[in-house]
Amino acid sequence: MADKCAKCEETRAPKSQRAHEIVAPAAADAIGAQVSATIDGKEIKVPIGTTILKAANELGVHIPTLCYHADLCIAGVCRVCVVEVEGQRTLQAACAYPITQPIKVHTHTAKVRRARRHILDLLLSEHYGECYACGRNNNCELQALAKEYGVDYFRFGHPDKPRFETDTSSYSVRRDMNKCVLCRRCVRTCIDLQEVGVLEVARRGAESKVVTFEDKPLADVVCINCGQCINRCPTGALTEKDFTDEVWAAIDDPTKHVVIQTAPSPRAGIGECFGLEPGHALTFEMNTAMRRMGFDKVFDTNFTADLTIIEEGTELLLRLYKALVEKDKSVALPQFTSCSPGWVKFIEHFYPEMLPNMSSAKSPQQMFGAVIKTYYAKKNNIDPKDIVCVSLMPCAAKKFECNRPEMCDSGFKDIDYGLTTRELGKMIAETGIYLPDMPKSDFDDPFGTATGSGVIFGATGGVMEAALRSVIELVMGIKVEDLFDHADITPIRGFEGMRIAELKIDKVGPVPDILKHLVPNWDWLKGATLKAGVAHGTANAKRVLDDIKAGGKFSECHFIEFMACPGGCLGGGGQPIPTSPEIRAKRAQAIYNEDAAYEVRKSHENPAVIELYEKFLTDGPCGHLSHKLLHTHYTPRGKFIG
Amino acid sequence: MISSVDKTCPLTFASVDPDAALKAVVGKKRSEVLAEVAASGLKGRGGAGFPTSVKWNLAAAARGQEKFVICNADEGEPGTFKDRVILSDYADLVCAGMTAAAYAIGATRGIIYLRGEYTYLRPHLEDVLARRRGRSLLGPKILGKDGFDFDIEIRMGAGAYVCGEETALIESLEGNRGEPRNRPPFPVDTGFMSRPTAVNNVETLAWAACILANGAEWFKKHGTEKSTGLKLFSVSGDVERPGVYEFPLGITIAELLRHVGGENAKAAQIGGASGHCVPASQFERTIAFEDVPTGGSVIVFGPDRDMLEVAENFLEFFVEESCGQCTPCREGSRKLLEGVKMLRKGTCSMKYLRELCGLGQTMQLASKCGLGQSAPNALLSIVEHFKDDILGRTPQAV
Repeated sequence: MADKCAKCEETRAPKSQRAHEIVAPAAADAIGAQVSATIDGKEIKVPIGTTILKAANELGVHIPTLCYHADLCIAGVCRVCVVEVEGQRTLQAACAYPITQPIKVHTHTAKVRRARRHILDLLLSEHYGECYACGRNNNCELQALAKEYGVDYFRFGHPDKPRFETDTSSYSVRRDMNKCVLCRRCVRTCIDLQEVGVLEVARRGAESKVVTFEDKPLADVVCINCGQCINRCPTGALTEKDFTDEVWAAIDDPTKHVVIQTAPSPRAGIGECFGLEPGHALTFEMNTAMRRMGFDKVFDTNFTADLTIIEEGTELLLRLYKALVEKDKSVALPQFTSCSPGWVKFIEHFYPEMLPNMSSAKSPQQMFGAVIKTYYAKKNNIDPKDIVCVSLMPCAAKKFECNRPEMCDSGFKDIDYGLTTRELGKMIAETGIYLPDMPKSDFDDPFGTATGSGVIFGATGGVMEAALRSVIELVMGIKVEDLFDHADITPIRGFEGMRIAELKIDKVGPVPDILKHLVPNWDWLKGATLKAGVAHGTANAKRVLDDIKAGGKFSECHFIEFMACPGGCLGGGGQPIPTSPEIRAKRAQAIYNEDAAYEVRKSHENPAVIELYEKFLTDGPCGHLSHKLLHTHYTPRGKFIG
Repeated sequence: MISSVDKTCPLTFASVDPDAALKAVVGKKRSEVLAEVAASGLKGRGGAGFPTSVKWNLAAAARGQEKFVICNADEGEPGTFKDRVILSDYADLVCAGMTAAAYAIGATRGIIYLRGEYTYLRPHLEDVLARRRGRSLLGPKILGKDGFDFDIEIRMGAGAYVCGEETALIESLEGNRGEPRNRPPFPVDTGFMSRPTAVNNVETLAWAACILANGAEWFKKHGTEKSTGLKLFSVSGDVERPGVYEFPLGITIAELLRHVGGENAKAAQIGGASGHCVPASQFERTIAFEDVPTGGSVIVFGPDRDMLEVAENFLEFFVEESCGQCTPCREGSRKLLEGVKMLRKGTCSMKYLRELCGLGQTMQLASKCGLGQSAPNALLSIVEHFKDDILGRTPQAV
């Protein structure tokens, strides 16, 4: 996402950690717009300002990198990518050197090779830990570089004892600064990509260290647990808090009934843990694997994603009814989605005054837990205290979410453990299973039935598309297909950071049975234009919230989907490493392909959801029982934590 | 008494009328000012020796509605104290130089980035600025010239050596951690607040004013072909008469040492911690950009000095002052220091010493900024010239 740098003026990252904008000529074909570069004897013409690294990539010349990341502003600090530029006295960092005039570059001269080896030796001299006892073994960029450069001994020594205590205070992110190589990707991720700014480098020189405010434990600062720093850490310095031992213990305990729900995004990403190219969904292979591992039931989170759409959508219609018909000025609009726990903590910390706009609906993960330990337990005659609810999520923040004290509405901890895609990948491997080879099998009933709408929750804009599909049919009384081919609401798709789509409600249908107790008719919506917004990444969320406060175009929206992670859940902090815009686009494609394959693609048509309302939540969406089990409240945390 | 440095005879600066410089400037076209500075061959007095006219020409040609002139008064190089004298006694000359630079490049704002340790100079400098404003030498329509608006403010550094590096200085001015930026682009087109910015050393600006007052030919009477003019030197160490001296560039080290009473020195560190250690056998070399360059610091080591202790001292400085951003400088300095400590204890093998020298070369080549690139200089030159001094120590019990 190099365009992040093009907008650097808007970011809070210091300029020393940004690529600078090179003044580009007005037209791409203007004289001087293209400049020639010769890299290792191969010539290429590139737009002026292109970095050596990018030009080399286009030529297929490999230059190693460490602090460089496709999602982040350029730092140029690790110096692993140094190359020799003819006419320059010193070596230049390929990632940060913009080509503005014809140059000749050599990427593997003796000087370059020696410098890179020295730099690696220096990094290893302060990198404590043994590879075979590290969560990133075989998936570590430092390890890969050491191999690439033939490191066979520690030229400048190797620490034999840790210098720092590992910070395990957070439910989501574990920080072991002994493994930190000061590439500052986490710092840039936090301050620049996400604009949260929990991490910064403190002190100078050899004393430099990535710290939180006053070096406090992560749980005591304004970390939103999104885990994006984990995805971009080249080493094992940042990992998720691992709960696999606890889950194995539950599986191994014969008195426990262990159920697992799986969110849409992990299935689009888990193949990467087994060496597949991004974009291969392994939904049904995963089901088989999880059964073989010993989970008693394998459910689909999409079921509660559909439930979320009904609850959140009903809440929206009620808010609109109050505002438009009852002229209640206290109604907070636009309504914000609440599925993303990183986003929830972000708004609690940074915009607590806007919490009334949050939908009170729980996230699909938490709704699932509440339903399992009540309805499911009763229906199957299992004591809820013997049920262990595990969830497979693409997310680091879900670990925090399931440990929120208010998430015990079933009378028990609704969700016991949240696992990331990476953790499950590890557990599957431990079972001796090569996932891509598994036979396919379906989810368990009754919560295995899901719709395409649930699946697309994984991609940015997915919640909004699912909601619009249902609104179109429930309110307008027509088929989504009448408005959009194959019911693909493409205007809301894509990776643009902030976007708005409009839906003109030019006709209304009858109020469906499920909502009859809430509104008499839809006439009050006739002629209205429903405006839906989408933002992903908290940096974009921040811009949208500021825009709303300033009375900008997002303040006219009725409903806005917010996702803490860039790309939505498929780019979540629990997904396989590495990540990049290309990888996320491929995962999104896998998710949309899954959606297209579903027979039922609209949440309100999900038979299991209909049955749940008929048999259990009998007072309907946003009714008394659903409020108790499926809705929650938020904590205005503010930026200052004692 | 603002400066505690003894004065025995006046510097050339004392003979130059700063007002004459500005009067000459406003009578000229911008291009003529630039041409005059170019003709003088003035090179940056901070140590890097970059031609001042090239810097000004680039800043003048850069596109931007607002431009800046920054006076780098973060004099932090160990053994350097000549800018302190200039700011104490010839601040008007520095301000005139900044104003001339502003005229030449089209800047409207100037900033003096003053070293934190020189806070005591601030009231004096504020007085100078106020006086100049009162005399229409700063502010709108300088000397009545339409469209020539320029003012100077003082901003304080906070004690980081690296902030003397121009891009780190700019980061610091913008309120960020003082860390060098990736270059290119250079400050002349993307500097303070992303605007074109000329960053010049205190002494460079003072000499620029002198050149504009007295002409390029006057300046070129001294120095060598490639290193024109006079230069101030801060001389310290094992000499009889330490202090600030003015010599023409191209002077041999031996001659300089004769003037200061350091003839029996065994080595001289030219250019401060980031400079080079020259042994007595090479004292006939000249101090000039084409031979031994310096920002003005000359530290003299007498016959009894332990050169290893000298190297250790310099490396301790760099370990402390590295910004910590790039790997070669942050980790490399630490390894070199550890190596020197091993040498002192007699526990460093020849093989490891060679390894460290190779590392030093990598630091020179691969560090992000001048600090890291020059951090190993002192050690490398000591190892090169004082092998007998540093090797063969009796191993000590650890």
